[in-house]
Amino acid sequence: MATLTELTPKLAPMEPVPFVVRSIRDELSDTFTLELDPPDGVFEFLPGQFTMLYVFGIGEVPISVSGDPAQPSTLVQTIRGVGAVTYALRQVRPGDVVGVRGPFGTEWPLAEADGHDIVFVAGGIGLAPLRPAIYSVLANRQRYGKVVLLYGARSPSDMLFTQELLEWGGRYDVDVLITVDNADRQWRGAVGVVTKLVRRAPFDPHDTVAMVCGPEVMMRFSAQELEGRGVPQHRIHLSMERNMKCGIGLCGHCQFGGRFVCWQGPVFSYDELAPLLLVKEV
Amino acid sequence: MTTTLDQVLGAQAFFAGLDDEHLATLASVAEPVSVAIGRKVFHEGDVADACYLLLEGDVALEMDIPGRGPHVLQTLHAGDMLGWSWLVSPFRYAYDAQALTEVKAIRFDAVALRSAKDTDKVFGYELMQRFAEVLVRRMQAARLQLLDVYGNAH
Repeated sequence: MATLTELTPKLAPMEPVPFVVRSIRDELSDTFTLELDPPDGVFEFLPGQFTMLYVFGIGEVPISVSGDPAQPSTLVQTIRGVGAVTYALRQVRPGDVVGVRGPFGTEWPLAEADGHDIVFVAGGIGLAPLRPAIYSVLANRQRYGKVVLLYGARSPSDMLFTQELLEWGGRYDVDVLITVDNADRQWRGAVGVVTKLVRRAPFDPHDTVAMVCGPEVMMRFSAQELEGRGVPQHRIHLSMERNMKCGIGLCGHCQFGGRFVCWQGPVFSYDELAPLLLVKEV
Repeated sequence: MTTTLDQVLGAQAFFAGLDDEHLATLASVAEPVSVAIGRKVFHEGDVADACYLLLEGDVALEMDIPGRGPHVLQTLHAGDMLGWSWLVSPFRYAYDAQALTEVKAIRFDAVALRSAKDTDKVFGYELMQRFAEVLVRRMQAARLQLLDVYGNAH
């Protein structure tokens, strides 16, 4: 019998490649992480890129890669169940096969950040698309100045990757500030929106590259706070979410103003986006 | 060399730009205080007889919800101003404020501060400008919290 690898041709970008589900792990009540085995054993990507994940017979969704780019033997994707395809993805079991197209899109500006302070601002599940960049930065820690992670979640029980947050926060060379929107008294940490953390985070705004990911309104206000502290617009980068379909800039479903999010994004600099973010029709 | 209260106040971002005379006015109604972890800085309903500039530590603004217990609405940190109920009638605190850590702060006597700002209109204007910025920022933050942006969109 032919192996999966032998059966997998070098496919065009519109054709899904079959990946075998290795594991599925619940992160939160509505969020889970899939580990997928690539047919040829390697899936290389750049931090910030996404794939189109296909549940055969149901449909396809864009999902950011949340794994470590230094470990390309596994494709790791963290998914929130919000619709038919993502609910179906939650039902897959080890050994099942899902379709994968990609990776697609632009990456976080790690090269631009070389030699500078880095501020990651993550909101909710927005920590997942930033995690590959955090892994890369920590693996090359000596190349950067201060490294700060600001994370906001809905409540303490909605915090993603808590074990890693603890590990990163325990490092002497990383500052991790966490806040939640709602908490009872059991929570001893900060309460308030993530934008409030920007003001008290330890970084040099004139020598900083910021990477922001989360709900669009959270990114908008975070970018404004960063700019208010003195970070230039072109040094602030946001990961946009739109209705990606083809992934290669053909179909136009993800059009955002004059740009296609799937191939000119999802990571954009704020100076490109700022004029559009306040245009409601876009 | 000792640091005077005027100098401490002048080094705080909240009071940036105030002239020496106004810093001296502030210092005349101020005193350094410490609050032990777990202690209340003030209670909901108390006469708002002071406001506090936090120098170190964290404070939770809380409201007790019958049947649910205390709910943390917001935390304040070093550099933040705690308390604005002293500004407007009926001059009573709207929330509980509890020290989450050991807190060091500068306490301003509200009655004396109100008198000073009413007597010296320029001082009053400078003060109100600073509190207005805090109020606007906190209202915007509270509105963002209300949006529940991390909630499920469906």
